[in-house]
Amino acid sequence: MTADVAWASRWVHETAQSIADHRDELTELDRQIGDGDHGENMVRGFRAVVAKLDALEEPPATVGEVLKLVATTLMSTVGGAAGPLYGTAYLRASKVADVTELDGKGVVAVLEAALEGVQARGKATAGEKTMVDALVPAVEAAVAAADSGGDAAQVFAAAAQAAQQGAEATVPLVATKGRASYLGERSAGHEDPGAASTALVLAAGVAASEAG
Amino acid sequence: MPSEPSGRDDDRDDRRVGLVLVSHSAPLAAGARDLAAQMAPDVRVEVAGGRPDGGIGTDFDRVQAAVEGVLAACRGAVLLADLGSAVLTVDSVLELLDDDHRARARLADAPFVEGAVAAAVAAQGGGDVDAVLAAAQGAGASFAGGAASAAEQGPVSGTTDADAVVLRRTVTLRNPLGLHARPAATLARLAAGFDAAVTVAGVDAASVLELMGLGATGGQELEVTASGPDATAALAAVADEIASGFGEA
Repeated sequence: MTADVAWASRWVHETAQSIADHRDELTELDRQIGDGDHGENMVRGFRAVVAKLDALEEPPATVGEVLKLVATTLMSTVGGAAGPLYGTAYLRASKVADVTELDGKGVVAVLEAALEGVQARGKATAGEKTMVDALVPAVEAAVAAADSGGDAAQVFAAAAQAAQQGAEATVPLVATKGRASYLGERSAGHEDPGAASTALVLAAGVAASEAG
Repeated sequence: MPSEPSGRDDDRDDRRVGLVLVSHSAPLAAGARDLAAQMAPDVRVEVAGGRPDGGIGTDFDRVQAAVEGVLAACRGAVLLADLGSAVLTVDSVLELLDDDHRARARLADAPFVEGAVAAAVAAQGGGDVDAVLAAAQGAGASFAGGAASAAEQGPVSGTTDADAVVLRRTVTLRNPLGLHARPAATLARLAAGFDAAVTVAGVDAASVLELMGLGATGGQELEVTASGPDATAALAAVADEIASGFGEA
């Protein structure tokens, strides 16, 4: 299958549902090493995105339009560092998705742009116990899947699986960026909430393609 | 207070740069604005502090509205932000501006309060975006003892070329409270208005923070120097202002 505008719209809905289902888990992760508001902030943000998307009189014409709506809404509603970080990820992704559907290479471009946006905004690199630790393996897996001829759904599935593993691999890391870095060594032993929510967002994209 | 921005570019005040102060805390942002306004009454300063519900945090929409308000009313905008996610929010707002607006808006890498004050005084003096940004970004060093080190080095400018003639005059600081915030701002604005490098007791007279950093008190003798095309007029104006006691003596 390809990842078309309807898929992008389903991705938004699936993400909102998944984040709401995992709200307490995200909040608990953030309570351990951050300020405890990540679950609530993300639920509020994606609930607002769904409301805006559903209220559109004209359906979005391109995948990029959907992603841009996500970007600007998250920036306005999520708060904390996650709003600008997720907002920038979706914004940069929207700029390479000015099409009615993404093929495998298109999915790679979207994920690469998202990673680049998070890194530009947050100045984090791999291994610092952040969203980047989910996105870097996701991009690597997406590139590999696209190179071996995967379609959009296959590329996205490979990325989502790698993001999940990347998020789990943040458990032993010591945070050096963001609020958790104030804890130093004590941040080790907990999964990073930003990496965890990133994995949920990508998994929701897989659910959206399976539902399509 | 300046009037509300109309959004029409022909209403723009092209003489001055405006400021946007972005804080996690609404009272902190408002307090910094009060401080800046005392020293720079004609500079437009917009604040974006706290979350819409009044809690601690930063609000993207409010920051965006403040930046667009200043850009509609002023020749440019310099932004100050207080902590991590305020900086991220400002960066995101700037990224979403259209090209014309983005070219006229810059985030200062500067301490919030000192940067706001230094930027406001530079903006009051008619500095462009780069000059106001530089004033803000130089504020950290001035605050942390830069004034003292500048004094040790002596005047830096005016020693390299034909403008190297340095005029000097020593005056007595007459007002009992010395170079506190208001007179320091008055002097800095005055000094910045001349095409001359002016120093007071070895520090840059156009820098309100360096002047305040002198801690000069009533009765103290201060050497004023000036070099450059307007040196004579600058020396007279600055020295006379100090000698007048700033209306406080």
